[in-house]
Amino acid sequence: MEDTQAMQVLEGLLFVAGEPISLDRLGHILKEVDPARLLRLLTALTDSYDRSDCGLHIAFIAGGYQIVTRPEIAPWVRELEKTKKGARLSKPGLETLAVVAYKQPVTRAEIEMIRGVDSAGVLRTLMDRKLVRMIGKREAPGHPMMYGTTRSFLEYLGIADLSALPPLKAFEETAPQAIGPMPNGPYSEGTTLLADSEALIET
Amino acid sequence: MDDGVSYEVKLDSFEGPLELLLHLIKDNAINIYDIPIALITRQYLETIGQMESLNLKVAGEFLVMASTLTHIKSQMLLPISNAEEVKEEQDPRAALVARLLEYQTYKNAAEHLEQRERLWRDIFGKLPTPQIETEEEEEEIPLVALSLNDLLDALKEIMARVPEASVMEVTEETLSVKDRMQFILERIEADENLLFEQLFVEMTTRYVVIVTFWALLEMIRLGLVRILQTELGGPIRLFKKAPSP
Repeated sequence: MEDTQAMQVLEGLLFVAGEPISLDRLGHILKEVDPARLLRLLTALTDSYDRSDCGLHIAFIAGGYQIVTRPEIAPWVRELEKTKKGARLSKPGLETLAVVAYKQPVTRAEIEMIRGVDSAGVLRTLMDRKLVRMIGKREAPGHPMMYGTTRSFLEYLGIADLSALPPLKAFEETAPQAIGPMPNGPYSEGTTLLADSEALIET
Repeated sequence: MDDGVSYEVKLDSFEGPLELLLHLIKDNAINIYDIPIALITRQYLETIGQMESLNLKVAGEFLVMASTLTHIKSQMLLPISNAEEVKEEQDPRAALVARLLEYQTYKNAAEHLEQRERLWRDIFGKLPTPQIETEEEEEEIPLVALSLNDLLDALKEIMARVPEASVMEVTEETLSVKDRMQFILERIEADENLLFEQLFVEMTTRYVVIVTFWALLEMIRLGLVRILQTELGGPIRLFKKAPSP
């Protein structure tokens, strides 16, 4: 198959899939293209989106590729009824989600130990929103349930996979006066956000 | 810092004692590794007192922390007999500081997630196209394929319901496996799938049940029917096998 045609097929598949589609799945459909070439073509396709003035780009999230809109056009896209994304997570929700994401598999007791508050309700909300799920029971007295994040969690935050999250160490504050805004903190600088958004588009 | 300043905080904004403590530490611009425990304990108890005076239900966690703080405070007041004991490990505040730092780490991580959330909310993907959800989609219902044993167990249940004929019918049986296969196929085609038990409704003799079951096994063997259940031990459903593409 010619490169041009293969790229057309890839573009079509990404367009129709409507969800992140993995390299494996693409390779399964495009049998005549070997994985290395597939990756090369996908990169070329992604580049061609970024080079053009197209309103779309190809993102790598939840272990797959997806055609998504550029953040700059969000105000207009949001006007479409079916683009509703649901309420943003509350602060306790985000906190609990962070503990689950970084400490999974984690029990409710461990989450509550870190947060210092009862977390049953928040955990249930996160499970209702399919961001967190039960992933088995711990081999310990009482066999407490263990929780972990879902694929929807990656999709919700646009993360390629769990290893794409910054290491927890990046969020530690080690300097004596560390509590409070840190000029060189991992998150407090405005530029970090910009770099992040670029990373999302690049990958 | 001024000990005399009375302390007012927005009470409902504190989800838990750790958050309240971090707030007090930040607000007083305190070095977290050297918390003036008397000051913090006082402010902490004041805050809780305000909560109570406003008839806010003070969660148990806040009270536990209050006693922890008071305990640390009393330990700090004990005279140190040996100067060498003043090591960081023996600092009564150490465990609390470690917890606070860990919590702060996760709070920072949560803030990072919030940023990603905000960012990603501006990015939209196309929703899956509904029209292409055909045969493949059906496959995605979490169904468990069954073994012959499961099927035999289900048959046993059916058989238990059918009364054993007390009188032998001496009529010529015209029932054939082939007829029964046709019967099953019609039943499944009527609604896309069929509960195993429903197949045997109104069958009054064991003979009919067994021939029908035989026909079903034959159809499974020929790949005309699939038997699946949504969970182990759950109801068994028969599906017409989709013609292979």
